[in-house]
Amino acid sequence: MSLVLGLLSHTLNRVLRYSGLRRGCHAPRHQAMEQDKALEVYDIIRTIRDPEKPNTLEELEVVTESCVEVHEIGDDEYLVIIRFTPTVPHCSLATLIGLCLRIKLQRCLPFRHKLEIYISEGTHSTEEDINKQINDKERVAAAMENPNLREIVEQCVAEPD
Amino acid sequence: MKEALELLCRVPAHPDSRCWFLAWSPGGGLLASCGGDRLVRLWGREGQGWSCRAVLGEGHQRTVRRVAWSPCGSYLASASFDATTCIWKRQEDGFECVTTLEGHENEVKSVAWAPSGTLLATCSRDKSVWVWEVDEEEEYECVSVLNSHTQDVKHVVWHPNQELLASASYDDTVKLYHEEEDDWVCCATLEGHESTVWSVAFDRSGERLASCSDDKTVRIWRRYKPGNEEGVACSGTDPTWKCVCNLSGYHTRTIYDVAWCHLTGALATACGDDAIRIFEESASSDPQQPTFGLAAHVPRAHSQDVNCVAWNPKEPGLLASCSDDGEIAFWKYQRPEVC
Repeated sequence: MSLVLGLLSHTLNRVLRYSGLRRGCHAPRHQAMEQDKALEVYDIIRTIRDPEKPNTLEELEVVTESCVEVHEIGDDEYLVIIRFTPTVPHCSLATLIGLCLRIKLQRCLPFRHKLEIYISEGTHSTEEDINKQINDKERVAAAMENPNLREIVEQCVAEPD
Repeated sequence: MKEALELLCRVPAHPDSRCWFLAWSPGGGLLASCGGDRLVRLWGREGQGWSCRAVLGEGHQRTVRRVAWSPCGSYLASASFDATTCIWKRQEDGFECVTTLEGHENEVKSVAWAPSGTLLATCSRDKSVWVWEVDEEEEYECVSVLNSHTQDVKHVVWHPNQELLASASYDDTVKLYHEEEDDWVCCATLEGHESTVWSVAFDRSGERLASCSDDKTVRIWRRYKPGNEEGVACSGTDPTWKCVCNLSGYHTRTIYDVAWCHLTGALATACGDDAIRIFEESASSDPQQPTFGLAAHVPRAHSQDVNCVAWNPKEPGLLASCSDDGEIAFWKYQRPEVC
């Protein structure tokens, strides 16, 4: 059934494209594609372990399926936005979680993308500071050259056996 | 129609790593690159392409963030995340590390040589800017530690012919410093950017400064001396730097670098949207309110963020760029007839 629908939507899409009716990223096919990509992203981040607890970010609800947003920004290029929820508002490990998300996606995400990571609004006392820091690639690169930080991140992003 | 910015060649300069920065030697014959692989490489022209002439290794333990040539071309300084700055001296058969400057608490983000060659500036995530003096015995002495910024300092650059220093910071400002009664002081703070300022560049005259930011804008600042005809207010004897132009709406992500060609006046930017853009000042533009137009735009100049753009100091229109994909690209820019 899904195959038939897929073919139908493909044909429809072509008809629309050639008739000039297709409306870029608002077309249903694009939305479906973006949703697929979002799931792909979520699948990579859900198994990241919390730096402090013996659980995954999914188990702690630090990340959920709905916290990942994907938008097509060019030919086969996507903007990935993640909004995660630290376990407590003053959680000092929020920066570290941001770092883990960034590193794992940088390594594992198979499609061309740009990544933005934020703390979901109102869930952390120093939200803006952390957002700025985890989206500064120079700070992230330097942090990953710190042996102690690197070790923690590696442990958190290691694939479960 | 011929493209205004034409690709000449690509070189995988720092494979499997990031290429952070490029610096042309003062004579324009060599290009130094540095990156996440902790190396500095020197590139020279060979036929139609560019080949690696030297690898400066074993100087740093971590990423080399920036490199700078001394005005005489005999020395190269490299700033690293390992908190040190190395001074490399040109020898008959390559470059040798002759001094390591220590003192910053953590990552050194940038290094720059003053036009006289006797002063060097460095800056760091430790929020400070250091000014070093070089004597005839090649001894380096820190003469000032400037703590004007409240955050990470990203970039330092000297005025093209005066002992005036500019720094860009994570605190969203640009600051300027000069020597006053034997001590270095901050003489201006340029406020306006809404996020991290990643880089600054003076124009050839040094009367204007371009800054680029995480807020996706480039701003042009102009110096107004006390008593200026335009009536721009100054405090005391210090000039005021006023923002006279804001290039917004062109870039879609963080702008990591801006380079002002001292031969042609063209302004190039390196952006996190993988693009290189070149702006030209309109011929009829009012100096107090200049207008700049987009003269060239290469959307996928690199496969990842573009980190640096560098105009060759001798050959007009020769531009080098580098990226997170580890590559260097060489470009030929020709000003479009209508722009």
